[in-house]
Amino acid sequence: MIADTASTRRLSLAVDAAALRRLRVDAPDGFVDTVMDSLGLHDADHLVTVHSPAGDLFVAFNDDGISAVMPAALFDGDPGQFAAHHRQETGRPLVAGIRPPAGLTAALRSGRATNLRYDLSGLTPFERAVLTKTLEIPSGEVRPYGWVAREIGRPKAVRAVGSALGRNPVPVLIPCHRVVRSDGQIGNYGLGVPMKRALLSAEGVDLERLERLADAGVRYVGSDTTGVFCVPSCVHARQIRAAHEVHFRTDAAALGAGYRPCTHCTPVAVRDAS
Amino acid sequence: MALHSEAAVLDGMADDLDAGFGAFVRSHSTAVYSTALRLSGSRTEADELAQETFIRAYKALRRFDAERMLLLESRPWLLTITVNLWRNTLRRASRRPQQTDAPHLDVADRRPGPEAAAEDSADSQLLVGLLRELPEHHRVPVVLRHVVGLSYAEIASVLECPVGTAKANVARGLDRLRALASAGDTPATRKSTPRKSAPRKSTPRKRESS
Repeated sequence: MIADTASTRRLSLAVDAAALRRLRVDAPDGFVDTVMDSLGLHDADHLVTVHSPAGDLFVAFNDDGISAVMPAALFDGDPGQFAAHHRQETGRPLVAGIRPPAGLTAALRSGRATNLRYDLSGLTPFERAVLTKTLEIPSGEVRPYGWVAREIGRPKAVRAVGSALGRNPVPVLIPCHRVVRSDGQIGNYGLGVPMKRALLSAEGVDLERLERLADAGVRYVGSDTTGVFCVPSCVHARQIRAAHEVHFRTDAAALGAGYRPCTHCTPVAVRDAS
Repeated sequence: MALHSEAAVLDGMADDLDAGFGAFVRSHSTAVYSTALRLSGSRTEADELAQETFIRAYKALRRFDAERMLLLESRPWLLTITVNLWRNTLRRASRRPQQTDAPHLDVADRRPGPEAAAEDSADSQLLVGLLRELPEHHRVPVVLRHVVGLSYAEIASVLECPVGTAKANVARGLDRLRALASAGDTPATRKSTPRKSAPRKSTPRKRESS
Protein backbone atom coordinates (compact mmCIF):
# COMPACT_ATOMS: atom_id res chain seq x y z
CA MET A 1 0.00 0.00 0.00
CA ILE A 2 2.60 2.49 1.08
CA ALA A 3 4.86 1.46 -1.76
CA ASP A 4 1.99 2.01 -4.18
CA THR A 5 1.37 5.62 -3.19
CA ALA A 6 5.09 6.31 -3.07
CA SER A 7 5.60 5.03 -6.59
CA THR A 8 2.65 7.03 -7.93
CA ARG A 9 4.24 10.04 -6.32
CA ARG A 10 7.53 9.21 -8.00
CA LEU A 11 5.93 8.93 -11.42
CA SER A 12 4.53 12.46 -11.16
CA LEU A 13 7.81 13.85 -9.84
CA ALA A 14 9.46 16.44 -12.08
CA VAL A 15 13.18 15.76 -12.26
CA ASP A 16 14.56 18.91 -13.81
CA ALA A 17 17.04 21.70 -13.18
CA ALA A 18 14.51 23.83 -11.29
CA ALA A 19 13.61 21.00 -8.91
CA LEU A 20 17.27 20.30 -8.22
CA ARG A 21 18.04 23.96 -7.72
CA ARG A 22 15.50 23.96 -4.89
CA LEU A 23 17.76 21.53 -3.03
CA ARG A 24 20.25 24.33 -2.39
CA VAL A 25 20.36 25.07 1.31
CA ASP A 26 22.12 27.67 3.38
CA ALA A 27 24.60 26.49 5.97
CA PRO A 28 23.07 26.32 9.45
CA ASP A 29 23.07 29.41 11.66
CA GLY A 30 26.40 29.93 13.35
CA PHE A 31 28.29 27.99 10.68
CA VAL A 32 30.75 30.80 9.97
CA ASP A 33 31.40 31.27 13.69
CA THR A 34 32.01 27.56 14.18
CA VAL A 35 34.56 27.49 11.37
CA MET A 36 36.28 30.64 12.57
CA ASP A 37 36.33 29.42 16.17
CA SER A 38 37.89 26.13 15.24
CA LEU A 39 40.64 28.01 13.40
CA GLY A 40 41.13 30.39 16.32
CA LEU A 41 40.16 33.32 14.09
CA HIS A 42 37.76 36.17 14.68
CA ASP A 43 35.42 37.28 11.97
CA ALA A 44 36.32 40.76 10.78
CA ASP A 45 34.13 43.83 11.09
CA HIS A 46 33.89 46.21 8.14
CA LEU A 47 34.99 49.83 8.22
CA VAL A 48 33.51 52.81 6.42
CA THR A 49 34.08 56.53 6.89
CA VAL A 50 31.01 58.79 6.86
CA HIS A 51 30.37 62.51 7.28
CA SER A 52 28.38 63.72 10.27
CA PRO A 53 27.72 66.86 12.30
CA ALA A 54 30.56 65.59 14.52
CA GLY A 55 32.96 65.57 11.57
CA ASP A 56 34.10 62.43 9.75
CA LEU A 57 33.27 59.24 11.62
CA PHE A 58 34.84 55.79 11.44
CA VAL A 59 32.00 53.25 11.56
CA ALA A 60 32.65 49.53 12.15
CA PHE A 61 29.90 47.01 11.42
CA ASN A 62 29.21 43.33 10.85
CA ASP A 63 26.23 41.13 9.98
CA ASP A 64 24.62 41.84 13.35
CA GLY A 65 24.83 45.60 13.01
CA ILE A 66 26.99 48.61 13.76
CA SER A 67 29.58 47.72 16.39
CA ALA A 68 31.65 50.87 16.85
CA VAL A 69 31.68 54.56 15.97
CA MET A 70 34.53 57.01 16.57
CA PRO A 71 35.39 60.46 15.23
CA ALA A 72 38.15 60.02 12.64
CA ALA A 73 39.92 63.02 14.15
CA LEU A 74 40.67 61.05 17.33
CA PHE A 75 42.87 58.76 15.22
CA ASP A 76 44.39 61.49 13.04
CA GLY A 77 42.05 60.28 10.30
CA ASP A 78 44.09 57.05 10.07
CA PRO A 79 41.89 53.92 9.63
CA GLY A 80 44.85 51.74 10.65
CA GLN A 81 45.00 53.34 14.10
CA PHE A 82 41.26 52.87 14.49
CA ALA A 83 41.55 49.23 13.37
CA ALA A 84 44.19 48.60 16.05
CA HIS A 85 41.96 50.24 18.66
CA HIS A 86 38.94 48.23 17.49
CA ARG A 87 40.83 44.96 17.65
CA GLN A 88 41.86 45.74 21.19
CA GLU A 89 38.29 46.61 22.21
CA THR A 90 36.43 43.79 20.46
CA GLY A 91 39.06 41.19 19.52
CA ARG A 92 37.92 41.47 15.92
CA PRO A 93 40.01 42.67 12.99
CA LEU A 94 38.68 45.42 10.77
CA VAL A 95 38.68 45.31 6.98
CA ALA A 96 37.64 47.98 4.50
CA GLY A 97 33.92 47.94 3.71
CA ILE A 98 32.51 48.93 0.36
CA ARG A 99 29.42 50.85 1.36
CA PRO A 100 27.91 51.96 4.66
CA PRO A 101 25.28 49.71 6.25
CA ALA A 102 21.73 50.34 5.03
CA GLY A 103 20.14 53.45 6.48
CA LEU A 104 23.26 54.92 8.04
CA THR A 105 23.58 57.94 5.78
CA ALA A 106 19.89 58.79 6.14
CA ALA A 107 20.09 58.35 9.92
CA LEU A 108 23.01 60.78 10.17
CA ARG A 109 21.08 63.32 8.11
CA SER A 110 17.88 63.07 10.12
CA GLY A 111 19.35 62.39 13.56
CA ARG A 112 16.97 59.42 13.85
CA ALA A 113 19.06 56.28 14.15
CA THR A 114 16.38 54.10 15.75
CA ASN A 115 15.95 51.81 12.76
CA LEU A 116 19.62 50.90 12.37
CA ARG A 117 20.85 47.58 13.69
CA TYR A 118 23.52 47.60 16.37
CA ASP A 119 25.89 44.89 17.54
CA LEU A 120 25.91 45.48 21.30
CA SER A 121 26.91 41.89 22.05
CA GLY A 122 29.94 42.89 24.11
CA LEU A 123 27.83 44.81 26.63
CA THR A 124 26.02 43.84 29.82
CA PRO A 125 22.19 43.60 29.78
CA PHE A 126 22.06 46.78 31.89
CA GLU A 127 24.27 48.67 29.42
CA ARG A 128 22.15 47.44 26.53
CA ALA A 129 18.97 48.57 28.30
CA VAL A 130 20.44 52.04 28.88
CA LEU A 131 21.51 52.43 25.25
CA THR A 132 18.25 51.08 23.85
CA LYS A 133 16.28 53.57 25.94
CA THR A 134 18.63 56.41 24.98
CA LEU A 135 17.96 55.65 21.34
CA GLU A 136 14.36 56.80 21.91
CA ILE A 137 15.33 60.38 22.76
CA PRO A 138 14.37 62.46 19.72
CA SER A 139 16.83 64.66 17.89
CA GLY A 140 16.77 68.23 19.26
CA GLU A 141 15.71 67.14 22.76
CA VAL A 142 17.54 66.06 25.91
CA ARG A 143 16.62 63.95 28.96
CA PRO A 144 18.24 63.71 32.39
CA TYR A 145 20.25 60.64 33.46
CA GLY A 146 17.50 60.06 36.05
CA TRP A 147 14.91 59.78 33.28
CA VAL A 148 16.84 56.93 31.62
CA ALA A 149 17.29 55.20 34.99
CA ARG A 150 13.58 55.48 35.77
CA GLU A 151 12.44 54.39 32.31
CA ILE A 152 14.47 51.17 32.42
CA GLY A 153 13.07 50.37 35.84
CA ARG A 154 16.26 51.11 37.78
CA PRO A 155 15.43 54.56 39.26
CA LYS A 156 18.31 54.45 41.75
CA ALA A 157 20.96 53.52 39.19
CA VAL A 158 21.48 57.10 37.96
CA ARG A 159 25.25 56.97 38.34
CA ALA A 160 25.45 53.56 36.66
CA VAL A 161 23.47 55.01 33.74
CA GLY A 162 26.16 57.68 33.42
CA SER A 163 28.91 55.05 33.35
CA ALA A 164 27.04 52.92 30.83
CA LEU A 165 26.60 55.91 28.54
CA GLY A 166 30.30 56.67 28.92
CA ARG A 167 31.03 53.22 27.49
CA ASN A 168 28.64 53.64 24.55
CA PRO A 169 30.49 51.96 21.65
CA VAL A 170 28.34 53.74 19.06
CA PRO A 171 28.21 57.42 20.13
CA VAL A 172 26.51 59.98 17.87
CA LEU A 173 24.22 57.20 16.50
CA ILE A 174 23.00 56.07 19.90
CA PRO A 175 22.63 59.62 21.16
CA CYS A 176 24.21 59.57 24.60
CA HIS A 177 24.92 63.26 23.94
CA ARG A 178 21.17 63.81 24.49
CA VAL A 179 21.39 62.73 28.12
CA VAL A 180 22.14 65.57 30.53
CA ARG A 181 22.47 66.15 34.25
CA SER A 182 19.32 66.02 36.31
CA ASP A 183 19.71 69.71 37.25
CA GLY A 184 19.51 70.57 33.57
CA GLN A 185 23.22 71.33 33.05
CA ILE A 186 24.75 69.76 29.95
CA GLY A 187 27.11 67.47 31.86
CA ASN A 188 29.98 65.28 30.68
CA TYR A 189 30.60 63.40 27.48
CA GLY A 190 32.94 60.60 26.52
CA LEU A 191 34.14 62.46 23.44
CA GLY A 192 34.50 65.74 25.35
CA VAL A 193 32.02 68.44 26.36
CA PRO A 194 32.74 70.66 23.30
CA MET A 195 31.69 67.74 21.05
CA LYS A 196 28.50 67.26 23.09
CA ARG A 197 27.62 70.94 22.72
CA ALA A 198 28.40 70.90 19.01
CA LEU A 199 26.21 67.83 18.41
CA LEU A 200 23.28 69.29 20.38
CA SER A 201 23.58 72.69 18.68
CA ALA A 202 23.66 70.99 15.28
CA GLU A 203 20.35 69.32 16.18
CA GLY A 204 18.79 72.67 17.05
CA VAL A 205 18.98 72.45 20.86
CA ASP A 206 19.02 75.98 22.34
CA LEU A 207 21.84 75.42 24.81
CA GLU A 208 21.75 79.00 26.13
CA ARG A 209 18.07 78.71 27.04
CA LEU A 210 18.56 75.31 28.71
CA GLU A 211 21.49 76.61 30.76
CA ARG A 212 19.65 79.81 31.70
CA LEU A 213 16.74 77.71 33.02
CA ALA A 214 19.12 75.30 34.78
CA ASP A 215 20.97 78.19 36.43
CA ALA A 216 17.63 79.50 37.69
CA GLY A 217 16.84 76.06 39.16
CA VAL A 218 14.02 75.45 36.67
CA ARG A 219 13.64 71.79 35.71
CA TYR A 220 10.18 71.79 34.19
CA VAL A 221 8.23 74.12 31.97
CA GLY A 222 4.42 74.17 31.77
CA SER A 223 1.75 75.91 29.74
CA ASP A 224 -1.06 77.60 31.64
CA THR A 225 -3.37 77.17 28.63
CA THR A 226 -2.97 73.40 28.31
CA GLY A 227 -2.09 72.58 31.92
CA VAL A 228 0.70 70.27 30.72
CA PHE A 229 4.32 70.35 31.93
CA CYS A 230 7.45 69.13 30.14
CA VAL A 231 11.22 68.96 30.36
CA PRO A 232 12.49 72.27 28.89
CA SER A 233 13.85 70.77 25.65
CA CYS A 234 10.62 68.91 24.79
CA VAL A 235 9.27 69.79 21.37
CA HIS A 236 5.98 70.78 23.04
CA ALA A 237 7.67 72.99 25.66
CA ARG A 238 9.38 74.92 22.90
CA GLN A 239 6.00 75.83 21.43
CA ILE A 240 4.72 77.52 24.59
CA ARG A 241 4.45 81.28 24.15
CA ALA A 242 6.40 83.31 26.69
CA ALA A 243 3.21 84.83 28.14
CA HIS A 244 1.87 81.37 29.00
CA GLU A 245 5.09 79.67 30.13
CA VAL A 246 5.16 78.56 33.77
CA HIS A 247 8.35 77.33 35.49
CA PHE A 248 8.67 74.61 38.12
CA ARG A 249 11.63 73.55 40.23
CA THR A 250 10.26 70.09 40.98
CA ASP A 251 7.76 67.68 39.46
CA ALA A 252 5.91 67.73 42.78
CA ALA A 253 5.38 71.47 42.42
CA ALA A 254 4.00 71.04 38.91
CA LEU A 255 1.71 68.19 39.94
CA GLY A 256 0.68 70.15 43.04
CA ALA A 257 -0.30 73.09 40.84
CA GLY A 258 -2.66 70.79 38.94
CA TYR A 259 -0.46 70.30 35.86
CA ARG A 260 -0.25 66.91 34.22
CA PRO A 261 2.95 65.48 32.73
CA CYS A 262 3.52 65.58 28.98
CA THR A 263 3.10 62.15 27.39
CA HIS A 264 5.87 62.86 24.86
CA CYS A 265 8.76 63.73 27.18
CA THR A 266 7.34 61.91 30.24
CA PRO A 267 8.86 64.20 32.90
CA VAL A 268 7.52 61.86 35.60
CA ALA A 269 6.51 58.24 35.35
CA VAL A 270 2.90 57.97 34.24
CA ARG A 271 1.91 55.88 37.26
CA ASP A 272 3.39 58.52 39.62
CA ALA A 273 1.15 61.16 38.09
CA SER A 274 -2.15 59.35 38.26
CA MET B 1 23.96 38.09 1.93
CA ALA B 2 27.49 38.74 0.77
CA LEU B 3 28.88 42.13 1.63
CA HIS B 4 31.58 41.81 -0.98
CA SER B 5 32.16 40.79 -4.55
CA GLU B 6 34.28 37.75 -5.29
CA ALA B 7 37.26 39.93 -6.23
CA ALA B 8 36.95 41.97 -3.04
CA VAL B 9 36.85 38.80 -0.92
CA LEU B 10 40.07 37.56 -2.54
CA ASP B 11 41.60 41.02 -2.17
CA GLY B 12 40.78 40.96 1.51
CA MET B 13 42.45 37.57 1.99
CA ALA B 14 45.50 38.53 -0.06
CA ASP B 15 45.82 41.58 2.16
CA ASP B 16 45.35 39.73 5.47
CA LEU B 17 44.23 36.10 5.38
CA ASP B 18 43.09 36.01 9.01
CA ALA B 19 41.02 39.15 8.64
CA GLY B 20 39.59 38.29 5.23
CA PHE B 21 38.82 34.61 5.73
CA GLY B 22 35.42 35.20 7.40
CA ALA B 23 34.08 36.93 4.29
CA PHE B 24 35.37 34.01 2.19
CA VAL B 25 33.56 31.45 4.36
CA ARG B 26 30.38 33.50 4.30
CA SER B 27 30.32 33.97 0.56
CA HIS B 28 30.82 30.25 -0.18
CA SER B 29 29.05 28.59 2.75
CA THR B 30 25.83 27.90 0.81
CA ALA B 31 27.63 26.24 -2.13
CA VAL B 32 29.85 24.13 0.13
CA TYR B 33 27.09 23.16 2.53
CA SER B 34 24.63 22.32 -0.26
CA THR B 35 27.24 20.12 -1.92
CA ALA B 36 28.10 18.40 1.36
CA LEU B 37 24.44 17.81 2.23
CA ARG B 38 23.32 16.56 -1.17
CA LEU B 39 26.30 14.27 -1.61
CA SER B 40 26.20 12.77 1.88
CA GLY B 41 22.44 12.92 2.43
CA SER B 42 22.90 13.60 6.13
CA ARG B 43 22.99 16.88 8.00
CA THR B 44 25.41 15.58 10.58
CA GLU B 45 27.83 14.51 7.89
CA ALA B 46 27.25 17.70 5.92
CA ASP B 47 28.13 19.84 8.96
CA GLU B 48 31.40 17.99 9.33
CA LEU B 49 32.25 17.95 5.63
CA ALA B 50 31.52 21.66 5.19
CA GLN B 51 33.50 22.69 8.26
CA GLU B 52 36.41 20.47 7.34
CA THR B 53 36.38 21.91 3.81
CA PHE B 54 36.98 25.43 5.11
CA ILE B 55 39.54 24.31 7.66
CA ARG B 56 41.55 22.55 4.93
CA ALA B 57 41.08 25.57 2.68
CA TYR B 58 42.46 27.90 5.33
CA LYS B 59 45.51 25.74 5.88
CA ALA B 60 46.17 25.60 2.14
CA LEU B 61 45.63 29.34 1.68
CA ARG B 62 48.25 30.08 4.32
CA ARG B 63 50.82 28.79 1.85
CA PHE B 64 49.48 30.88 -1.05
CA ASP B 65 51.24 34.07 -2.04
CA ALA B 66 49.13 37.14 -2.85
CA GLU B 67 49.27 36.63 -6.61
CA ARG B 68 48.06 33.04 -6.43
CA MET B 69 45.33 34.07 -4.00
CA LEU B 70 43.98 36.71 -6.38
CA LEU B 71 43.82 34.19 -9.25
CA LEU B 72 41.98 31.59 -7.18
CA GLU B 73 38.85 30.04 -8.72
CA SER B 74 37.23 29.83 -5.32
CA ARG B 75 34.15 27.69 -5.94
CA PRO B 76 35.63 24.81 -7.95
CA TRP B 77 38.68 24.86 -5.70
CA LEU B 78 36.60 24.62 -2.51
CA LEU B 79 34.19 22.06 -3.92
CA THR B 80 37.09 19.86 -5.02
CA ILE B 81 38.03 19.69 -1.35
CA THR B 82 34.43 18.90 -0.35
CA VAL B 83 34.04 16.16 -2.97
CA ASN B 84 37.36 14.55 -2.05
CA LEU B 85 36.54 14.63 1.65
CA TRP B 86 33.21 12.97 0.94
CA ARG B 87 34.82 10.28 -1.22
CA ASN B 88 37.23 9.59 1.62
CA THR B 89 34.38 9.09 4.06
CA LEU B 90 32.75 6.68 1.59
CA ARG B 91 35.94 4.70 1.30
CA ARG B 92 36.39 4.61 5.04
CA ALA B 93 32.80 3.46 5.45
CA SER B 94 33.20 0.67 2.88
CA ARG B 95 36.22 -0.65 4.76
CA ARG B 96 34.04 -1.00 7.83
CA PRO B 97 30.96 -2.72 6.44
CA GLN B 98 29.23 -3.05 9.80
CA GLN B 99 28.59 0.69 9.74
CA THR B 100 27.48 1.07 6.15
CA ASP B 101 23.77 1.52 6.49
CA ALA B 102 23.84 3.99 9.34
CA PRO B 103 24.69 7.44 8.00
CA HIS B 104 22.92 7.42 4.67
CA LEU B 105 19.58 6.22 5.84
CA ASP B 106 19.41 8.19 9.05
CA VAL B 107 16.46 10.42 9.72
CA ALA B 108 18.36 13.69 9.82
CA ASP B 109 16.56 15.02 6.77
CA ARG B 110 13.17 14.21 8.14
CA ARG B 111 13.54 15.69 11.59
CA PRO B 112 10.94 18.34 12.38
CA GLY B 113 11.87 21.91 13.16
CA PRO B 114 13.15 24.90 11.25
CA GLU B 115 14.32 23.05 8.16
CA ALA B 116 15.31 24.84 4.99
CA ALA B 117 12.37 25.74 2.77
CA ALA B 118 13.48 23.22 0.14
CA GLU B 119 12.79 20.34 2.47
CA ASP B 120 9.24 21.42 3.16
CA SER B 121 8.06 20.12 -0.13
CA ALA B 122 7.34 16.43 -0.52
CA ASP B 123 8.76 16.51 -4.05
CA SER B 124 12.07 17.81 -2.77
CA GLN B 125 12.10 15.03 -0.19
CA LEU B 126 11.61 12.46 -2.91
CA LEU B 127 14.31 14.00 -5.04
CA VAL B 128 16.71 13.95 -2.09
CA GLY B 129 16.03 10.24 -1.74
CA LEU B 130 16.63 9.62 -5.44
CA LEU B 131 19.89 11.58 -5.41
CA ARG B 132 21.14 9.23 -2.72
CA GLU B 133 20.50 6.31 -5.04
CA LEU B 134 22.67 7.76 -7.80
CA PRO B 135 26.12 6.23 -7.98
CA GLU B 136 28.98 8.48 -6.99
CA HIS B 137 30.17 9.19 -10.56
CA HIS B 138 26.71 10.54 -11.43
CA ARG B 139 25.74 12.09 -8.13
CA VAL B 140 28.74 14.43 -7.98
CA PRO B 141 28.30 16.04 -11.42
CA VAL B 142 24.50 16.38 -11.02
CA VAL B 143 24.86 18.06 -7.62
CA LEU B 144 27.62 20.38 -8.82
CA ARG B 145 25.73 21.38 -11.96
CA HIS B 146 22.13 21.56 -10.88
CA VAL B 147 22.11 22.04 -7.10
CA VAL B 148 25.12 24.34 -6.82
CA GLY B 149 25.13 25.80 -10.34
CA LEU B 150 28.75 25.31 -11.41
CA SER B 151 29.63 25.72 -15.08
CA TYR B 152 30.73 22.62 -17.03
CA ALA B 153 34.26 23.99 -17.11
CA GLU B 154 34.23 24.30 -13.31
CA ILE B 155 32.82 20.78 -12.94
CA ALA B 156 35.55 19.49 -15.26
CA SER B 157 38.15 21.09 -13.02
CA VAL B 158 36.61 19.51 -9.89
CA LEU B 159 36.41 16.07 -11.51
CA GLU B 160 39.74 16.45 -13.33
CA CYS B 161 38.20 15.39 -16.60
CA PRO B 162 37.55 16.99 -20.02
CA VAL B 163 34.61 19.39 -20.26
CA GLY B 164 32.84 17.03 -22.64
CA THR B 165 33.01 14.20 -20.11
CA ALA B 166 31.66 16.48 -17.38
CA LYS B 167 28.74 17.43 -19.62
CA ALA B 168 28.03 13.81 -20.52
CA ASN B 169 28.10 12.69 -16.89
CA VAL B 170 25.69 15.44 -15.86
CA ALA B 171 23.33 14.40 -18.66
CA ARG B 172 23.61 10.69 -17.82
CA GLY B 173 23.12 11.40 -14.16
CA LEU B 174 19.97 13.37 -14.88
CA ASP B 175 18.68 10.54 -17.12
CA ARG B 176 19.39 8.08 -14.37
CA LEU B 177 17.51 10.24 -11.87
CA ARG B 178 14.51 10.35 -14.20
CA ALA B 179 14.68 6.60 -14.67
CA LEU B 180 14.76 6.14 -10.90
CA ALA B 181 11.79 8.48 -10.55
CA SER B 182 9.70 6.48 -12.98
CA ALA B 183 10.84 3.10 -11.63
CA GLY B 184 8.23 1.44 -9.51
CA ASP B 185 10.39 0.41 -6.60
CA THR B 186 10.95 2.53 -3.53
CA PRO B 187 14.00 2.95 -1.33
CA ALA B 188 12.24 0.87 1.32
CA THR B 189 12.28 -2.28 -0.81
CA ARG B 190 15.96 -1.91 -1.51
CA LYS B 191 16.95 -0.86 1.95
CA SER B 192 18.33 -4.24 2.94
CA THR B 193 20.93 -4.50 0.17
CA PRO B 194 24.32 -3.18 1.26
CA ARG B 195 24.35 -0.90 -1.74
CA LYS B 196 27.02 1.42 -0.47
CA SER B 197 29.76 -1.09 -0.01
CA ALA B 198 29.36 -2.53 -3.48
CA PRO B 199 27.13 -0.18 -5.44
CA ARG B 200 27.78 -1.37 -8.95
CA LYS B 201 27.75 -5.11 -8.48
CA SER B 202 24.61 -5.10 -6.41
CA THR B 203 22.58 -3.05 -8.88
CA PRO B 204 21.75 -5.21 -11.85
CA ARG B 205 20.22 -2.33 -13.84
CA LYS B 206 22.18 -1.39 -16.93
CA ARG B 207 24.31 1.69 -16.76
CA GLU B 208 25.49 4.16 -19.35
CA SER B 209 24.50 1.94 -22.22
CA SER B 210 22.54 4.71 -23.92
